[in-house]
Amino acid sequence: MPTMPAILATTTWTSLDVWIVAIGAISGVACALPGVFLLLRRMSMMGDAISHAVLPGLALAFLLTNTRDPYVMLTGAAIVGVLTAVFTQWIHSAGRVDEGASMGVVFTVLFALGLILIVQAANHVDLDPGCVLYGDIEAGPLETLRFAGLALPRSVWINGGVLVINAAIIFALYKEFRISTFDPTLSTTLGINATFMRYLLMTLVAITTVAAFETVGSILVIAMLIVPAATARMWSDRLGNTLLVAAAVAALSAPIGHWLALEGPAWFGYPGVDTKTAGGIAIALGGLFALSVVFAPRHGVVSKALHRLRLSVRVAREDLLGLLHRLGELGRPAENAMVNRLMRATQVGPITLGLAMRSLRREGLVTGRGRVQLSQRGAEAARDIVRSHRLWETYLEQHLALPADHLHHAAELLEHVTSPEMREGLERETGQPELDPHGKPIPRSPD
Amino acid sequence: MIRNGPSGQSRVSAEVTVRAPMESVHGPVATGEEHPSSAPLSIHDVTVAYHRKPVLWDVDYDAPEGKLIGVIGPNGAGKSTLLKVALDLTPKASGQITFYGQPYRKQRRIVAYVPQRESVDWDFPISALEVVAMGRYGRIGWFRRVGRKHREAALAALDRVGMADYAHRQISQLSGGQQQRVFLARALAQDARIYLMDEPFAGVDAATESAIVALLQQLSAAGRTVLVVHHDLQSAAQYFDHVMLLNMRVVAAGPVETTLTEQNLRATYGGRLTLLEEAAHAMAQSRREP
Amino acid sequence: MRFARLAPALIAIGCVVATAAADATGPRSITDVRVQLPSLDQVIRVLSLRDYNTAVVVIGVTCLGIASGLIGSFMLLRKRALLGDALSHATLPGVGIAFLVMTAFGAEGKWLPGLLIGGAISGGLGVLGILAITKLTRLTEDAALGIVLSVFFGIGVAVLGVVQKVGGNAAGLESFIYGKTASMLFSDAATIAIAGGAIAMICIALIKELTLLCFDSAFAASQGWPTLLLDTLLMVFVVGVTIIGLQAVGLILMIALLIIPAAAARFWTERLTVMLIGAAVIGGVSGAIGAAISALAPRLPAGAIIVLVAGAAFLFSMICGPTRGVIARAWRLIRLQRRIGRQHLLRAMYELSEEAGANAASFTTEQIHGQRYWAHGELRAAIRAARRAGEIDMADDSRLRLSPRGREAAWRVTRNHRLWELFMVTHADIAPSHVDRDADAVEHVLDPAMVRELEAALSEQYPDLRFPPKLDAGIA
Repeated sequence: MPTMPAILATTTWTSLDVWIVAIGAISGVACALPGVFLLLRRMSMMGDAISHAVLPGLALAFLLTNTRDPYVMLTGAAIVGVLTAVFTQWIHSAGRVDEGASMGVVFTVLFALGLILIVQAANHVDLDPGCVLYGDIEAGPLETLRFAGLALPRSVWINGGVLVINAAIIFALYKEFRISTFDPTLSTTLGINATFMRYLLMTLVAITTVAAFETVGSILVIAMLIVPAATARMWSDRLGNTLLVAAAVAALSAPIGHWLALEGPAWFGYPGVDTKTAGGIAIALGGLFALSVVFAPRHGVVSKALHRLRLSVRVAREDLLGLLHRLGELGRPAENAMVNRLMRATQVGPITLGLAMRSLRREGLVTGRGRVQLSQRGAEAARDIVRSHRLWETYLEQHLALPADHLHHAAELLEHVTSPEMREGLERETGQPELDPHGKPIPRSPD
Repeated sequence: MIRNGPSGQSRVSAEVTVRAPMESVHGPVATGEEHPSSAPLSIHDVTVAYHRKPVLWDVDYDAPEGKLIGVIGPNGAGKSTLLKVALDLTPKASGQITFYGQPYRKQRRIVAYVPQRESVDWDFPISALEVVAMGRYGRIGWFRRVGRKHREAALAALDRVGMADYAHRQISQLSGGQQQRVFLARALAQDARIYLMDEPFAGVDAATESAIVALLQQLSAAGRTVLVVHHDLQSAAQYFDHVMLLNMRVVAAGPVETTLTEQNLRATYGGRLTLLEEAAHAMAQSRREP
Repeated sequence: MRFARLAPALIAIGCVVATAAADATGPRSITDVRVQLPSLDQVIRVLSLRDYNTAVVVIGVTCLGIASGLIGSFMLLRKRALLGDALSHATLPGVGIAFLVMTAFGAEGKWLPGLLIGGAISGGLGVLGILAITKLTRLTEDAALGIVLSVFFGIGVAVLGVVQKVGGNAAGLESFIYGKTASMLFSDAATIAIAGGAIAMICIALIKELTLLCFDSAFAASQGWPTLLLDTLLMVFVVGVTIIGLQAVGLILMIALLIIPAAAARFWTERLTVMLIGAAVIGGVSGAIGAAISALAPRLPAGAIIVLVAGAAFLFSMICGPTRGVIARAWRLIRLQRRIGRQHLLRAMYELSEEAGANAASFTTEQIHGQRYWAHGELRAAIRAARRAGEIDMADDSRLRLSPRGREAAWRVTRNHRLWELFMVTHADIAPSHVDRDADAVEHVLDPAMVRELEAALSEQYPDLRFPPKLDAGIA
C-alpha cells in the first residue's frame, strides 16, 4: 500500500480510496516503463493506436472462451497489439500511405470492430461509453481475486503482474532495448534483432494497455504511457534515470489525481460533486508535465532563461571591464553616468547592467562610486579581455581578410568565449604583434 | 543565434553605436552604413546561426545585374541558407538584404526561387503542369481559378524546359532531372527579374544539366539576374559569368576569370581555421542549456 | 454513494460479464445475442428513405462524410493525419465546459453552436499546447500530440463526470464520445448539412491555396501566402467537422472519417481533384450505407458500422485501386519485368548475330543462355513472349531466329542500349565496367524524344560515331 502524501492527510479517505490510489499507481508505473521506450522511439502515437486497437482482441478473447481469465485476455490483447503494428507497417509500405495515416486507419477500424463485438457480446446492456474509454477505477477495489492465498483486488493482481513482467523484461534486456532504440541498424548488425525488439515492445505495450484498460480506460492509458516518460525527459538525460523518474511521476499522479477528482469540482462551484478519478489522474499527469516544462533543472523554461541571464551578465561584465580599460587608455575619467550611458547604448538592459556592475564591485574588480575605477585585479582582467579582442581582430584580418570595419563585430563576439589556451593559440598564430589592425596597442600580459 | 536573442552576446558593439564623444575610445567606427544599394540583390552584413551554430558570418555582397552567378563553396558553407535568408524563410541574426533597394516582401513578384528538389513530396497527387502553374498563383490571387491565360503561360514555361510532352504526367512519374526541370519551369512561369536556385544540378542527369545551363544563360542574356547555388568546382568556370566563393563568409566574389584563383579556392575549401572553429564551438556550447 | 452506480461497470469486458451475470438471473435467453435479421419490408423502407427518421440520419451522415473526406484529404496531404486525432480529442473538455456554463446560465445545455464554440476554443488551446511543447522542450511532435490528446481527453472525462453528476438535461452528452446516430433530429441533420456544406464550399474555393500549402509550404511562404493562416483554417475545419460529427458518429470514429476516406481515395488516382471527389464520395457513401445498416440493426453502434464500411472501402481501394493499389502495382511490376526480359532476349540474339556474322541467323537456346545472366525461368518466359509478339520464329530444329519485325525491334533496343552506354562513359564519370548494368536499367525507360536528344549530344562529340549497323535483311 502506498503512503499518502501529507497534503492528502487532511481529507478523510477510506480504505477504498487508498485501494483506488494503489491501483492507479500500479497501473501507472506499469505503463510508464514501456512508455519511455515508445517516446524515445518517436512512436508515442503507436501507444494511442494500440490502446484503441486491443479492444477487439479483448472482446474476441472473451467471446471465444467466455471467461475473463487474465491470461486469455492478455494473450488476445498481445496478439491484436502486434497485429496493429504489423498492419500499420503493411499499409505504410505496401500501400505507400503516410505512417500516421496508416496508423489512424488501423486503429479506428479495429476499435469500431471491437465496439461491435462488445455490443454483440453484451447484447442487452446499453453499452456504457465510460466502460471502454475511461474505465472504472472506482470499481476496482470491489472485485477481489484470491491468488496465492491472498485476496486482493483483481486490478491489483493484474496490473501488478504486468508491472512485474515489464520491469523484469526491461531489466533483463536493458542493454538490448537501449541499443535497438538508439540505433536499430547498429543493433541488428550486432546481432540484436531490432525488428524483434520493436515487436517485443509492442507486445509489452499491448498487454500493459489491456491491464490498465480496466483501470483508466483506453485514452487515459495513452496519458500514462506518454506523459510520465515525457515528464521524465525534462528531468533526466540518462535512460536509467528516465525510467525511474517516469515511474515516480506515474506513481505520484495517482494520489494527486484521485484527490483532484474528489475535491476539484468544488473549486468550480460544484460542492459535493466528485468526478472520474481517471480524468483526475490525466490532469495530474498533465500538471506534473507542465510544472516540469517550466521548472525542471536543466531543460526547464525557467532554468534556460536563468542561464541566458547569467550569460548576458557575464558578457556585460566583460564589456564593462573592456570599456573601462579603453577609457583608461584615453586617459578619460570613467564617470558613472557616462559608463552607464555608453553601456546602455549597446542595448544592454538596465537589469543586466546593474547585476553586472554589482558583481564586479562585489568581487572587488571595480571600485569607486561617482567615478568608476578598476582595481589591481580588475585591471588585469580588463587587460585580458581587451587583449583577446585585439588579438582576434588581428587574427581575423590575417586569416579571413575581413575588411577593417567588419573586424570589431566578430571580435566582440569571440572575446567572450576565449579561454587562456585559445589566447595562447592566438598569440602563436598572429605572431604577437604590438598593435592591432586599427593601430591600437595590444596590451601584454604582466609576466 | 549569435547576435540576437536575449543573450548579451548578441549585442551590437559599443564601437558602432556610440557616436561622437566616444568615437576615439574604440577606434574606427564601421563605415559601411545603410546606403540602400540598387543592385538586384544586395546582401549587407548578414549573419545567420542555425541550431546555435554559426552558419554565415558578416556576408556582404552586391549581385551584378544580368549575370549568371554561381554561389560556390563546400558542404555546410551556408550556401542554401544564404538563399533562404534572402527569401525570409530563415531568420537572420543581423544585417539586411534588399532586392533593387527594397526588402523581399515588397519585391516578391520579381524574385523566383527554385528550392532543392528534396524539399517537397514528389508523391503528391498533382501534374507537372499544375506545379508549374503555382508560379502564377501570385498573379492570380485569392480564390480565383487558374485561367486559360495562366495555363498557357505555364505550358509555355514547360515547353522552354523541354517538358511540354509531360505536362499532364503526375510528378512521381518523372525522373529526377525532369522533376528539376518542372521546378525550373515553375520559376520561369513567375516571369521574375531575379532567379535564386538551390542546387538545380543535384541528382540530375547530364543532359538535363546542360539543358538547364543553356536556359540559365538565355535568362541572363535577357537581362535577368540568376544566382545559382552550386557545389561542383569543375563546371563552375564553364557555367557562370560571376562567382561568389562562400565558406561561412564571402571569401571572394567577382568575374570568374579573376575570382576562381588557386588561392581563393584554397581559402574557400582548404585551410581550416581551427581557432575560429574552436571559438564557434565554445559559443554554441555556452548558448546551450546549462 | 460513489459506488452505487458501479454495479455493472468495470471495463468493456466488465460490462460484458456483468451482463452475462444479469442474463443468468434475468429472463432473457442467451440466444438473443444475435442481431435479428431485418425483414425485407424493413430493408425496402430504409433503402427508399421512406422512413422519415432514417432519411434524416442518412442525409446528415452523408453530408458529414463528404465534408470530412474533403478536409481529411488536405490533412493527409499535409502529412498531419494524426493532428486531427489529437485535435478531435482536445475538443472534449470544451464541449463539456460549454455545457456546464450554458446550464449554469439557465440555457439549454445542448445548444449546438455553444458546444461548438467551446470545442473550438479547447481545440485551439490543444494546438497551442502542441506548439508550445515542440518549441519549449526537446520532445518530438508525436509526443506532443500524445500528451495533448490524452491530457485534454482526461480533462474532458473529468468534466463529463461532473456533468453526469450535476444532471440536468445531460443525458446524451456522453453520446458525444460514441455518437447516437439514431437519435439524430432533423435540426441536427440540418446543422450538419449547413456546416458541412459551408466547410466544403470554402475548401473548394481555396483549393488552389490549400494545394500549394500542402505541396510546397516553403514556396507558398516565399510567395507571400499566409501559410500560418491557411494551416489554422485547416485546423479550424477539423475542429468544426469533429464537433458536428460528435453527435452522429462520436469522437473516435470521427477521426476515422477524417483519415480513412482520404487515404482510400488516394489509391484511385494521381490527380488531386479526383482524389478530393473520391474522398468525398467514399466518405458520403460510407456514411449513407453505414447509417442505413444501423437503421436495420439498431442495436449495433452506428458510428462503428460507418467506420467499418469506410474501412472496407479502404481495404478494397488498397487492393484494387487502379493507380496505386497493390494489385495494380504488382501487375505493372510484372509487365515491366516481362518487357525487360524480352528486350534482353532481343539484344542477346542481335549480339549473337553480330558475332557470328551472316552465317548464323538462328541460335539454340543454349547459345542465347550463354550470352548473359538470366534469372530462373526468365529466358523461357521471354522466348514465349517474343514468339507471341511475332518477334522470333522457331525453326524445325527448334533453333530460334529473329523475324523481320524482331530484327527491327532488336536493332532499336541494341542501339538505345549502346547509345546510353556511350553517353554515360562520355558524360558522367562512370567506370566502364559498371556501365552495362546501369544501361540495362535505363534503356527500358527511354522514350523516343530522349533518344533523339542522346543522338544529338553524342554526334556533337563524336562526329564519326556509327550506330550499330542494321542487320542485313539477307541474313535471314
